[in-house]
Amino acid sequence: MPLLFPLVLSALLFAIGTYVVMARRHAVLVLMGVELMLNAVNLNLVAFDAWSHDPLDSGQVLALFVIAIAAAEIGLGLAIVLLVFRTHQHIDVDALRELADRDAASTP
Amino acid sequence: MTLVEVLFVLLGAMALGSAVLVAVSNNLVHCALWLVVTLGALAGCYLLLAAEFLAWVQVLIYLGAVVVLLLFALMLTRAPTGTVADLTSSNRILAALTAAAAAGVLIVSFAAGFGGTRIQIDSGDIGNAEALGSTLFGSWVLGFEVLSVLLLAALIGAIVLSRRQERD
Repeated sequence: MPLLFPLVLSALLFAIGTYVVMARRHAVLVLMGVELMLNAVNLNLVAFDAWSHDPLDSGQVLALFVIAIAAAEIGLGLAIVLLVFRTHQHIDVDALRELADRDAASTP
Repeated sequence: MTLVEVLFVLLGAMALGSAVLVAVSNNLVHCALWLVVTLGALAGCYLLLAAEFLAWVQVLIYLGAVVVLLLFALMLTRAPTGTVADLTSSNRILAALTAAAAAGVLIVSFAAGFGGTRIQIDSGDIGNAEALGSTLFGSWVLGFEVLSVLLLAALIGAIVLSRRQERD
């Protein structure tokens, strides 16, 4: 199979993930976008592993590591989301601007 | 095109289509369920790229654990299960432009670098549990141990964050 197939698929998935992270307002949806981006990276790692015939299976082992880090990230991220919900009663990332620069936040 | 290529294109189209639905759907629960389809199709892609163990890990951890965690978070934050009108913020045009630019740059550089290369999969490459386990616990054991400490730290952090503060 051409190496370009998985590479193009992963590039498009990564782009969709960036769009979800930047454009969605619900914090859980933002986390879903991060998962999409991590999966695109995993697909790249697996494709290059299959292409390079690595005897150490570097790509697949690194993809496993990425999956484990993604599990840690989603656990911490959801704990933060729940904490934000408990203090603000909403998790709209557009409305959470206490930490924003005041001058920039006051201009529409 | 060989059978493997046809299957890969079909699975890739499935993953892309459901990822687009994750990006545009106005129903939070539907987004999480479309994410399941994307991740499952990606597990199929891993199988076609001879990463057998990784495909099952993907099914177990992503489809099993991560999506259930996301659904739990939707439930605990009392997310509306119906259609919500304003799930996408007003800077969606800018976000779409940035995403398109990122995809363009990545695809052009991939095509320039690896345009004619093909993946030749032979029987020695199949990453089943035996092959992956022997390299993981042979050459990669330091990274594995560091990762286990990181997971423990993340676990403790999640517990500390989500514990209710007792104030009197």
